[in-house]
Amino acid sequence: MAQHRLLPRQYLILGLVAVCAPLGDSCLSRGMTAMPSISLAHPAGLIAAVFTPWIAAGIALLIGFFASYLTALSWADLTFVLPATAIGNVIVELLSKFWLHETISLERWAGVVLITLGVSFVAQGPALTQHPVPQLEESLSEEPVSTGVQPR
Amino acid sequence: MFAAATIAAVVLASTTGEVLTAAAMKSIGDLDIIRAKSGMKGAIRAVLTSPLFFIGVFFLAVAFFSLLFALNHLNLSLVAPASASLTLVTNAVAGKIFLKENVDRRRWAAAVLVCVGVYLLAH
Repeated sequence: MAQHRLLPRQYLILGLVAVCAPLGDSCLSRGMTAMPSISLAHPAGLIAAVFTPWIAAGIALLIGFFASYLTALSWADLTFVLPATAIGNVIVELLSKFWLHETISLERWAGVVLITLGVSFVAQGPALTQHPVPQLEESLSEEPVSTGVQPR
Repeated sequence: MFAAATIAAVVLASTTGEVLTAAAMKSIGDLDIIRAKSGMKGAIRAVLTSPLFFIGVFFLAVAFFSLLFALNHLNLSLVAPASASLTLVTNAVAGKIFLKENVDRRRWAAAVLVCVGVYLLAH
């Protein structure tokens, strides 16, 4: 696997992926815990939740996350981009403890440390797998690409 | 059991959506280069004309509403890290199988660490 170095601008995009996702999740949690319990028998309650302020703010942050995420996926592997959200786990735990006042046990803190260790470990590798031929693009294209060479 | 099933639904839908979206973005090409050549409109057009992208977004929407349902019943500090971390593991497997990504020993070792971390989070 060839090494694929990222530009500072690309690290900034990964940073946005890491920050926007946990902030958006926290807004969603804040909004959903304030709502009455929603059952599967009445799923319309989930649609109505989208128009409440905290959920709307969460969605706006998650749109920012998604735009950054798509950009990152265009120049890096999925299995490289996802670890960028690992620091997000730590942010979620901190927000849960200090903003939502949830109780975080020692076991959960240990879990967060292990997860962060694992994903930071994998993030040290190359960002992109280099394929000699874009196999997936070929298999997914609607029309076969003419190479001008007849098969033997 | 309810928590496990709810989180599993989020992970399954999220993995499907992310793999399809990643495949779409790889087939489109580097958005930074497209934006440099065709501007922001060209980059947006390149994404929005990909059918695979919309199929991926559909599954991501399913994952989103599953997440809303989960957050309505479970703590954020359990749902967010557990679903995100499990998705990382399932995506490593799916990335190797469907996207032909080079998931080397370092990435597999990370997956094991993440699994242990998720167990501790849910303990």
